[in-house]
Amino acid sequence: MTERTLAKAINEGLRKSMEDNPKVLLLGEDIGKLGGVFRVTDGLQKDFGELRVIDSPLGEAGIVGASVGLAMRGYRPISEIQFDGFVYPAFDQLVSQVAKQHARSEGAITMTLVVRIPFGGGIGAVEHHSESPEAYFAHTAGLRVVSPSTPNDGYWMIRQAIECADPVIFLEPKCRYWEKGEVDETAPPSSLFSAAVRRTGTDATLVSYGPSVKTCLAAATAAEGEGRSLEVIDLRSISPLDVATVVASVEKTGRLIVAHEAPVFGGIGAEIAARLTERCFYSLSAPPLRVGGYHTPYPPSRVEEDYLPNVDRLLDALDRAFEF
Amino acid sequence: MVRAGRGTREDAPDAQVDFVQLLSPTGERVEHKDYALEISADEAKGLYRDMVHVRRVDVEATSLQRQGQLALWAPLRGQEAAQIGAGRALEPDDFSFPGYREHGIAWCRGISPAQSARSFRQVTNGGWDPYEFNHAEPSIVIGNNAINAVGYAMGVQHDGAESAVMVCIGDGAMSQGDIAESFVWAAVFQAPVVFLLQNNHWAISEPTERQSRIPLYKRADGFGFPGVRVDGNDVFAMLAVTRAALARAREGSGPTLIEAFTYRMGAHTTSDDPTRYRILAEVEEWERKDPIDRLRTYLLATKAADQAWVESIDAEADVAARELRDAVLSMFGPSPISIFDHVYQEPHPLVDEERAEMVALIGAEEAGSLK
Repeated sequence: MTERTLAKAINEGLRKSMEDNPKVLLLGEDIGKLGGVFRVTDGLQKDFGELRVIDSPLGEAGIVGASVGLAMRGYRPISEIQFDGFVYPAFDQLVSQVAKQHARSEGAITMTLVVRIPFGGGIGAVEHHSESPEAYFAHTAGLRVVSPSTPNDGYWMIRQAIECADPVIFLEPKCRYWEKGEVDETAPPSSLFSAAVRRTGTDATLVSYGPSVKTCLAAATAAEGEGRSLEVIDLRSISPLDVATVVASVEKTGRLIVAHEAPVFGGIGAEIAARLTERCFYSLSAPPLRVGGYHTPYPPSRVEEDYLPNVDRLLDALDRAFEF
Repeated sequence: MVRAGRGTREDAPDAQVDFVQLLSPTGERVEHKDYALEISADEAKGLYRDMVHVRRVDVEATSLQRQGQLALWAPLRGQEAAQIGAGRALEPDDFSFPGYREHGIAWCRGISPAQSARSFRQVTNGGWDPYEFNHAEPSIVIGNNAINAVGYAMGVQHDGAESAVMVCIGDGAMSQGDIAESFVWAAVFQAPVVFLLQNNHWAISEPTERQSRIPLYKRADGFGFPGVRVDGNDVFAMLAVTRAALARAREGSGPTLIEAFTYRMGAHTTSDDPTRYRILAEVEEWERKDPIDRLRTYLLATKAADQAWVESIDAEADVAARELRDAVLSMFGPSPISIFDHVYQEPHPLVDEERAEMVALIGAEEAGSLK
């Protein structure tokens, strides 16, 4: 066990994958000498050279589009989109090429690529630097979407994503980059696409992923003081969803709250609420509730605390679930 | 708003600037200082055969669409020389990325007309195994595969392989941002890629003036690699220029933009009505530059071929057309259940669940899960 920040853990995971597989290439803006604006690729160009860690021209469609061609040629390109709000120029490539190549070619082509995107808010940034675009990608068949919430998952999930034969959108919760945790380099915690129960409880289930998992855990601690026992599930994978783990929990607790930074309308929370209602209707003591961003553009960061899910908003939702 | 008249300015996109021509519209061989072409009679006859075949097959496919047997067809008539010349310049190890009109390039790569027709029959969204023919499936989203081609070329470069990549784009694609990005990437990495731009003058109903203020080949200059305009109805010029560009790519000298100056004689697709936007006189003017007529004239004049041979090629092409018709009429499927087959390579619980849902709803037999 080694203590690492999330950023360093992902860096180590990338390094290990590059050592293990010469077909792994990194490309993105400022990922070479600078090591990326968040330093996630720090030192990799120095050790693996400019041919494997490529400072790309400034263009996201190009980054993802070139990754498509490299994957067709048998490489495993891992691209970095500098910030969530900059991924949209690559949206066509992701939807029209990355997601569809395997189906279009009737299985001949595999899109062995990973697109890393630092996502989410809470860092006091300017516009376009705090967004949560996961629902766009989860809605697209052919893509897989995952998000680690801990350094151990950061280390393992990036390695598993690189080994996956399908394209993976890898969402890194940027507000957690500098938080430390234990990394066990001896064995992966679980498969890439399974959810993890981070805290067991009996009265309500909080479901989240990425940056909001920690918020949910804090809410569970606060609720304990009020005599409520909360179970916290970290989805880890947004597409596919590990519905079974959530079903098992909700059948036990009877209450479900889903939290994410993305706007709730048309979001992952809506999908989970619908699926859980279908499967756990008779186990539910209250309607599934969602806590997340509002239907507004991501606000100026001076007021982001009022936009993001926080402990107060989660406890308020919990009260509503209990009062129903 | 200033409106550019068609070809009225010297530097208008369709201005008749010098281009590489090795066979004149009247079938005379002309020399070009930069592009010598030694071509045997057999090789020239092979190009003729290719062009006649793809034209005949194209006519058949258009009829099949009219008879309700294809959902759509994108006719290539007029562009046979551009496609056969460029297609025959490719070596087997080279990899090509087509648009949806590149039936001629597909033919050169060994893909049968029936395989080309599969997506137009809508039994698939693909058509062939790209790795079997070193030919990707078309991108219908205009221009977005150019950057895929550059990525592929970077992979070739990384492998240290001596092969090149060619991607087909058109005058409309030149307005897409992905093309600008692919030019930047190709230039800065000196990727072994050839951009084959078929300027067929019409992006559905929009003339090239709506895409550009300057001849399109000149755009390459600004990105830092050579651009060359070729008589796109001259199969010799297309072969020579594409060969040179591919050789340049293979030897590590980077990308080239080839503007094949040609004309889409037919409609954009079988859903289009070109009489709404272009005049007959323009079409007739291009008839006189027909790529097949000029090569036939040359072959007959040089006695490389006689009339009987020409007729035998027509008969052969009729057979190919018949084969296409038979193949299309016997193309069935896909089974409903097959839509779940290649969404992902690895198991996916949601796809498995929905597959089972379909079987439960319509029954295994109708879904096609019993094979």
